[in-house]
Amino acid sequence: MPKANGAGPNGSASDGTQVTFLEAIKQAMFEEMERDPAVILMGEDVGVYGGAFKTSEGLLERFGWERVIDTPISESAIIGAACGMSYCGLRPICEMQFIDFIVCAFNQITNFVAKGHYLWNAPAPMVIRGPSGGGVHGGPFHSANPEMYFVHTPGVKVIYPSTPYDAKGLLKAAVRDNNPVLFFEHKFLYRRIKGEVPAGDYTVPIGKAVVRREGKHLTIISYAAMMHASLEAAEALAKEGIEAEVIDLRTLLPLDEETILNSVKKTNKCLVVHEDTRTGGIAGEIAAILFEKAFHDLDGPLVRVTSLDTPVPYAPTLEEHFLPNAKKVFSAAKELARY
Amino acid sequence: MPVPPEQGMKKELKRQQYLDLYYYMRLNRAVEDMMVKLFRQNKIVGGLYSSLGQEAISVGTAYALEKKDWLAPMIRNIGALLVKGVRPRDIFMQHMAKYDSPTKGKDGTSHFGDLDDLHIVSPISMLGDLIPVMTGVAMAGRYLGQKIVTMTWIGDGGSSTGVFHEGLNFAATQKAPFVLILENNLWAYSTPVRKQVPLENLADRAKAYGIDSYIVDGNDVVAVYSVAKEAVDRARAGEGPILIEAKSFRRMGHAQHDPAEYVPKEMRAYWEARDPIALYERFLSSEKLLDAKSKKEVEEKIDSLLAAEREFAENSPMPPPELAETGVYCTGDDCHKIRAKWERPIAEVTPPRSSVKAVWTVPGFGSGKASDGANAPIHFGDTHASQHRVGNDTKSANGGKPAAKMAAKAAPKKTVKTAGASRKARR
Repeated sequence: MPKANGAGPNGSASDGTQVTFLEAIKQAMFEEMERDPAVILMGEDVGVYGGAFKTSEGLLERFGWERVIDTPISESAIIGAACGMSYCGLRPICEMQFIDFIVCAFNQITNFVAKGHYLWNAPAPMVIRGPSGGGVHGGPFHSANPEMYFVHTPGVKVIYPSTPYDAKGLLKAAVRDNNPVLFFEHKFLYRRIKGEVPAGDYTVPIGKAVVRREGKHLTIISYAAMMHASLEAAEALAKEGIEAEVIDLRTLLPLDEETILNSVKKTNKCLVVHEDTRTGGIAGEIAAILFEKAFHDLDGPLVRVTSLDTPVPYAPTLEEHFLPNAKKVFSAAKELARY
Repeated sequence: MPVPPEQGMKKELKRQQYLDLYYYMRLNRAVEDMMVKLFRQNKIVGGLYSSLGQEAISVGTAYALEKKDWLAPMIRNIGALLVKGVRPRDIFMQHMAKYDSPTKGKDGTSHFGDLDDLHIVSPISMLGDLIPVMTGVAMAGRYLGQKIVTMTWIGDGGSSTGVFHEGLNFAATQKAPFVLILENNLWAYSTPVRKQVPLENLADRAKAYGIDSYIVDGNDVVAVYSVAKEAVDRARAGEGPILIEAKSFRRMGHAQHDPAEYVPKEMRAYWEARDPIALYERFLSSEKLLDAKSKKEVEEKIDSLLAAEREFAENSPMPPPELAETGVYCTGDDCHKIRAKWERPIAEVTPPRSSVKAVWTVPGFGSGKASDGANAPIHFGDTHASQHRVGNDTKSANGGKPAAKMAAKAAPKKTVKTAGASRKARR
């Protein structure tokens, strides 16, 4: 079980309350819809039922049928219609019931939504959000981490938070952003972690990573659920005298190169942990950045701890083998520290 | 071979409307003729797609829209862009990849739009994607109280895409004020319509969504306009999306590079003999709306306009290379001030007035009267067979909530066979 890790160094105020990751997301949508009538929510079963994970529970009661829209099972239609709404000055939030289904709208996102501003100066302020990630035995079609398909798509922003504080603040920032923002919610975190969120309105800037733990021997870079595995590993490493600096990327596109480089220039070693599959994961991109911009600062190889290059398997034994965890991070970090 | 029109054009428009339709069809053709010349002079960077013989569809349908309405063209809808107010120079420059073009050379053809003034959404090359997008524009317009209608076009081939179905189905469930023009020009690149869709009338696709449809002779601009106007009026009145199949023929290849030798000669000859502009000129002459003098005036007006527009386009520079790096993201208010234009009280969509009981109501349940027919809504709830038609008694029982839509859509729909008959057959 990951530890609650609500407040980061630039984290929440002390007057807040402890909420779950899921509650933080619900609060963000509620408050943004309250603040701005241009914000609407659209998706499968988001209204009367309140969403498959109940992230939108209560929104229909408060904001009504015109603003909380239950759609047919048509991801391309949801994304396409949201794009059209955004052209009229609305700020739609689209829920993908499970983020795995986002690829049903791949063309609509990558060709229509993402390219509009570049090609014809048409901003599309919309948020596409949904539950992602494994570790809950959802099987190959309810456990995906499809973020990198979209990190490779200029024109969208990609957010993948790890704490309730960030989830709320980044979702609010996403709604207010003038660009299409993909917002991944790791479902393993939904009810397992709690964190402090302040009472008042706040946003967390998109495109800024955060140092979750200071250290000097090596840098561990991660995001989402694996953030918690990385912190757990860092605690265990500390007991062996290895002080790991842990960076939470929070936003994958645009990537915060500065925070990454500053840390690696200090620790001279870098380990990247992600739940996404290995080939084409963000670790490869980070490796390229380090080789381009911090080659002389590196005292060891860039090490990756990732899931396997396979679909997400169903059986608990298989899925546990497939996924990275704190133990795997610990071993890899210990190995890296020897350089 | 007898040459239609099978139904004579109806004289029912105002004189200026007749002349506008004529002007825009001629302008449409002249703009494309000029682009063929530019293409042959290697001044057009990419492909050139022709709407030769289909001008009546683009012009007649777009002419039915009001200024505040929104449209999104496909590649053979330059006529619609001209009607909406796009300058020919913008079309030339788009094709020539010029810096002063609407996309500054970042995209070509009719891939450009204008959110603020003309209300045009840019297409992409993937077919059908505009259908949910224009559904969304229609829903947003309704939400904001703007009373707009949205329109886009799709080909016979494009109607086979998945997103055509998703989009039109969603539009139907939402009763979005949206009109979809299905241009059946018989060819999807080199593949005949029969290999694309096993239907005689593509308007029949509308039945699958419980929406109304029309079939119109796409080479009869008056019929096209009349049907489109009726559809636009009905969509604006809240009757939901409407599909219009305009039957025509693609006279050129898919694009300039394609000689279209796969098209049977007699098919081409048949359609060439019913050129929409020639047919319309004959009609206008017979109605004393056009004579040799006024025709010459139109030609001269277009010639001098296009000469100037072409000159402007040719003089525009290519974009500077560094432009390629810019504009991927909106940088905020300095880049775009995004503001919804409210034309209804915001209080209607904010608490407390927006608040509802989050329960489904199923008003149609039980009125279906057993399984005697196709019209038992919400699955029976009654064991007695009955003659009574469902639909009317359940309509808007809960103020347009989703369940009511399901019940209300059960009323039988008519596919109207000709433009002339459309009024009678309505509902």
